[in-house]
Amino acid sequence: MGRYVIRRLLQMIPVFIGATLLIFLMVNVMGDPIAGLCGDRQCDPATATQLRREFGLDKPVWQQYATYMGNVFTGDFGTAFNGQEVTELMSGAFPVTVRLTVVAVLFEVVIGITLGVVTGLRRGRPVDTGVLLVTLVVISVPTFVTGLLLQLLLGVKWAWISPSVSSEAPFGELIVPGLVLASVSLAYVTRLTRTSIAENRRADYVRTAVAKGLPRRRVVTRHLLRNSLIPVITFIGTDIGALMGGAIVTERIFNIHGVGFQLYQGILRQNTQTVVGFVTVLVLVFLVANLLVDLLYAVLDPRIRYA
Amino acid sequence: MRGATHARWAVCATAAALAATACGGGGGGGSGGGGDGSGILSSSWGDPQNPLEPANTNEVQGGKVLDMLFRGLKRYDAESGEAEDMLAEKIETSDSQNFTVTVKDGWTFSNGEAVTAKSFVDAWNYGASLKNNQKNAYFFAYIDGYDKVHPEDGGKQTADTLSGLKVTGDRTFTVRLNQKFSTFPDTLGYAAFAPLPKAFFDDHAAWLKKPVGNGPYTVDSYAKGSVMKLRTWEGYPGEDEAQNGGVDLKVYTDNNTAYTDLMAGNLDLVDDVPASQLKNAKADLGDRYINTPAGIIQTLAFPHYDENWDKAGMEKVRTGLSRAIDREQITETIFQKTRTPATDWTSPVLGEDGGYKEGLCGDACEYDAAEAKKLIEEGGGLPGGQIKISYNADTGSHKEWVDAVCNSINNALDDDRACAGNPVGTFADFRNQITQSKMSGPFRAGWQMDYPLIQNFLQPLYYTNASSNDGKWTSEEFDDLVDKANAETDQAKAVGLFQQAEEVLRDDMGAIPLWYQNGSAGYSDRISDVALNPFSLPVYNEIKVS
Repeated sequence: MGRYVIRRLLQMIPVFIGATLLIFLMVNVMGDPIAGLCGDRQCDPATATQLRREFGLDKPVWQQYATYMGNVFTGDFGTAFNGQEVTELMSGAFPVTVRLTVVAVLFEVVIGITLGVVTGLRRGRPVDTGVLLVTLVVISVPTFVTGLLLQLLLGVKWAWISPSVSSEAPFGELIVPGLVLASVSLAYVTRLTRTSIAENRRADYVRTAVAKGLPRRRVVTRHLLRNSLIPVITFIGTDIGALMGGAIVTERIFNIHGVGFQLYQGILRQNTQTVVGFVTVLVLVFLVANLLVDLLYAVLDPRIRYA
Repeated sequence: MRGATHARWAVCATAAALAATACGGGGGGGSGGGGDGSGILSSSWGDPQNPLEPANTNEVQGGKVLDMLFRGLKRYDAESGEAEDMLAEKIETSDSQNFTVTVKDGWTFSNGEAVTAKSFVDAWNYGASLKNNQKNAYFFAYIDGYDKVHPEDGGKQTADTLSGLKVTGDRTFTVRLNQKFSTFPDTLGYAAFAPLPKAFFDDHAAWLKKPVGNGPYTVDSYAKGSVMKLRTWEGYPGEDEAQNGGVDLKVYTDNNTAYTDLMAGNLDLVDDVPASQLKNAKADLGDRYINTPAGIIQTLAFPHYDENWDKAGMEKVRTGLSRAIDREQITETIFQKTRTPATDWTSPVLGEDGGYKEGLCGDACEYDAAEAKKLIEEGGGLPGGQIKISYNADTGSHKEWVDAVCNSINNALDDDRACAGNPVGTFADFRNQITQSKMSGPFRAGWQMDYPLIQNFLQPLYYTNASSNDGKWTSEEFDDLVDKANAETDQAKAVGLFQQAEEVLRDDMGAIPLWYQNGSAGYSDRISDVALNPFSLPVYNEIKVS
């Protein structure tokens, strides 16, 4: 087990370097960010040169990358163009996004898996057909439509919630945005669980458990569900990374000052430091989440052992 | 059956969760006081792009804050746009080149420090100095010694202070310019010329965290990127003290969300109504929607450095293109009348005395398809048979109007391929292509005035090699007239000369004027006396909260 973890951690290094390098190059290809700082007019050349020197933009790209990575390992993610440290931006944005992701994942796990189990056990019944139909609708409607619609109905028409999230972004205000963010994944989780349960119901070990006379509840939770969760966990694990970085649409609609918004603004302003910094952390989150998922396999399925 | 009960429980949990937010949400909007001037209003905001220093802020969002925190020598009247004395007791000159400024007595910064001549001189020296990276440094370019503190070629600066500035007394200082510039005092209302307290220089980082100025508001708290709470400064010595208790500027991720929040009653003022909501704004808000002219003009600039656009006869093609654009229809259908068709190269906010002349463009800006076609044929046709209008696609919904302009041109010329839009991914990239002279066809150009003077609409944009002459248009005749106008001490005569210069620009159609832009805002029924100044900034200190 320990060996396996170490091997996986070592594998992360090239993935990490490759991913950050790619992002670094992509942001660089967009061109000189200084020109965008002066509005609809030309930056005065002397100031522009000086700024370029200060942000290290006058050096060749490989050298910029090397300096940047060197700084990252000492915990210095650079400074955004508005004079704020990127680490300061992160400390503001990540807690908010983590809360939003937690809400979204909770929705996925609680509602998604419950619906999946129910429909999986009742294949072909009206409940099953109904839920399938609903998930189909949810998957096919884009997130921004769901988001704007809920915002308009719940926020403006019925005034149940505040249509925008305040800057503190407590859990209570994140429930509707979290639901919107989770909606599509939730539908997938339902369908994955349903298929998995339906398949495993006919497995030998389930028949054995039933034949042993175990109570139905125990058969479903301990034997059937546990084994059926492997594909679902894989999905949720990768989804955590996607939810954190991909919340741009939801975050903009509900005024959430999280990672997605910072990334969006960073890209618009061609702020290399912000974009690369945030993506670097997201890459790390993604890698760690995947490792955790792989380790969870062993817990769920006794047949899997890591040597 | 157990499964089914589980499902029902889950549904109920969601409902309960939704209901819980219902209890948690709502309200907001700030604590309302009575009509006694203590009520606090909330206003939409965007994260300022640059650090909040007066000489480093060149966009509206940062400008909003500076307008509340600072008062300069002059201030532009919210309605007429005229420069009026604020901190200046008098500004005297005999030759339009040497000025003596006297600062009014009794002004202090909100930390108690007196505003003296030195507060101004130090601030201007800071703004001009190359090593401080101030993006508005060029505002000080008219002051003698600028080339020493801010060498254009990026070389080493040989002085730290402008030799043209001298403190001559506690409240007086002199300014020597490097050329005659009769309207120089009227430019001093711009934020870059604001005075700065000692705290700015002593502990710069702390000042940036919580700026201190001499305006009617003070910063109560500032959470970068999310909210700035400004409160009325009780000891404000000026006459334009705030009529409310304070303003909470809230950063919104999207102006649509801000508008929705206004609808839901969580926000009091939105000063940037999203284009998609313009159609509804009137119905949604009624009288609480304002749409007033601002000092912004949109034009199409041409790459005069490209020989295809610079050869003889092209002025006819450019004029023809101008006549092929149906400004009336586009401003009505796409902009819902938040733009007005342009008939000169300035802005109506200048007023007639200030140099705005309706119809100066004449026929050249009037839509006439037949005439347009004829002019373009006479001029030798479009270069390459097709023009591409470049614009940045990331902000400002430019695509809609560029496509409309192209449609108008295509219809006028009976050629579906005559014009097409050419989107550029980001604003920075768009600006890069412009500054590196890489444009091959017309491109979007916008100008928001720095101060309400006709000079500001012409010199920075069309004078040879001027800072914002993006198309590199050049004309000796134009330059001469501008020089003469700047040296002219009589305002009416100066304006006349500027207008003559504008006519030179028209005859060559150096850039096509499209429309004047309005500022639009919507507000809640909690507040009243809301107005936008010519810079399309809300006049916060006048707003009353009920």
